[in-house]
Amino acid sequence: MLLQLIKKEFQLEFRQKSSLAGVLVYVIGTIFVSALCFKAKVDKPTWNALFWVITLFTSVNICGKSFLKESGGQALFNYLHYSPLHFIFAKILFNMILMLVLSLVTFFFYAFFIRNEVENMSLFLLVLLLASTGLGGILSLMSAIAAKASAGFGIMSILSFPVLMPLILVIIRLSKMAVDGIEWAGVSTQLLMILGALNLLTLALSFLLFPYLWRD
Amino acid sequence: MKRAYKISSVLLILYTLVWGLLNTVPRLDILNETIRNVYYHVPVWFAMLFMMALSLIQSLRYLQNNSLFNDAKATNAAIVGLFFSIPGLLTGSLWAKFTWGTWWTFQDPKLNGVAISILIYLAYFILRLSVEDEQKKARISAVYNVFAFVMMNVFIMILPRLTDSLHPGNGGNPAFGKYDLDDNMRLVFYPAVVGWVLLSFWMYEIKNRISQLEYQLYEN
Repeated sequence: MLLQLIKKEFQLEFRQKSSLAGVLVYVIGTIFVSALCFKAKVDKPTWNALFWVITLFTSVNICGKSFLKESGGQALFNYLHYSPLHFIFAKILFNMILMLVLSLVTFFFYAFFIRNEVENMSLFLLVLLLASTGLGGILSLMSAIAAKASAGFGIMSILSFPVLMPLILVIIRLSKMAVDGIEWAGVSTQLLMILGALNLLTLALSFLLFPYLWRD
Repeated sequence: MKRAYKISSVLLILYTLVWGLLNTVPRLDILNETIRNVYYHVPVWFAMLFMMALSLIQSLRYLQNNSLFNDAKATNAAIVGLFFSIPGLLTGSLWAKFTWGTWWTFQDPKLNGVAISILIYLAYFILRLSVEDEQKKARISAVYNVFAFVMMNVFIMILPRLTDSLHPGNGGNPAFGKYDLDDNMRLVFYPAVVGWVLLSFWMYEIKNRISQLEYQLYEN
C-alpha cells in the first residue's frame, strides 16, 4: 500500500510535466536574477544566506502544492482507500526526495552562475540532505493544513515561514561552517544532532497530527 | 473561594509594584537600578508562556473530544498570551536601551525567538480567520497550534542555550539564580511571577465566560 502510494506520487508528478519543469525554470530564473543583481560581488555570509533564501522559497513553492490536488472527490477516495499514516508517509518521503533533488539542482546552478564558495563539500552535502528532509517534512504538514483551509497560496507561506525559522537558523549556521571550510573535527556535532532531532520531531508530529486533518 | 486567586493576584502585583521599587537591590555594573525591571519584565513572559501552554492543552483536548468550547478556550488563551507579549516587548525594549544601548538587536536569540513566536500566533489567528466552517476551523487550527507550540519551544528554549546571548543564563552569561538575584530580590520576584500568571488566568477566565455567553446567544 505504501509503495503504491509513493509510486502514485512520482507518476502524478512526472505525468504533469508542467509543474516540475516550471519549478526548474523558477529556480534557474531566480538564481540568474540574483546573479545579475549581485554581479558576482558576494562575500561568504551573503553567498550562504542567498542560497538558503532561494532554497526556502523554492521549497515553499514546490511543497505547498503537494496537497492541493488532493481535494474534493480525490480526498474522499483517499480517505476510503488509504490509511492516514501511509498517506502522510508517502507524501513526506516524496517531498523529501523532491527537495533533495531540487536543492542539488539549485546548488549546481548557483555554483555555475554565481560561484562555488563551499570549502568543506562533504559537510555541505550532509547539511543539504538534512535540510531537504527537514523542509520536506515540515512543509508536507503545512501544505496539508493550507489545503484544508483552502484559502489560496498566501496562507502557505504565512503558516510555514515562522515554523521553519528554527530549522533555517540551524541550517544556515552549519552551512556557514561548510562554506568557511571548517574541518570535520571543528564542526559542532551539537548543531548536527539538533538538525537530526528536528527532522525526527517533525516526522513524529506529522504522524501524530495528520490523522486529525485526514477526516473531513 | 473562587475569588481568592483574583484577590491574591491583585495583592501580589500591588505588592511587587510597590516593594519592587522600594527594596534594596544589588549594585551591579551597567544594570544599576534597572535590575528592578526583573520584577516586571520576566514575570510577563512567564505569564505568556503559561497562556500558550494552556492554549496547547485546550487544543489537545479539542482534538480528543471535538468540543467547540475547548477550541474557544484555546483561542482565548492564545489571545491573552499574545496580549502579554506586548508589555514583555515594551519593558524588554526599554531595558535593552539602558543596558545594551539599543531598542532592539538581532544578535540575541531570545529576541528573535519572541519575534518568531508572535509571528507564529499571528499566523494561527489568520488561519482561524480564513476558514468558515466552525468544526473544520477548530480542527485545523488545533493541529497548527500543537505543531507551532513545539517549534516555538525549540526556538526559545533550546536554540538560545547553544549560542551566545545577551540575556543571563544563556551562552556564557550567568543565570539569575547564581548571584544576580539575591534573597532580597527573590522576595519580590517569585510573588511577581505568581501574581502575573494569576492575572493572565483571570483574563483568560473572563474571555471564556464571554465565549460561553456568545455561544448561548448564538444557540437560541
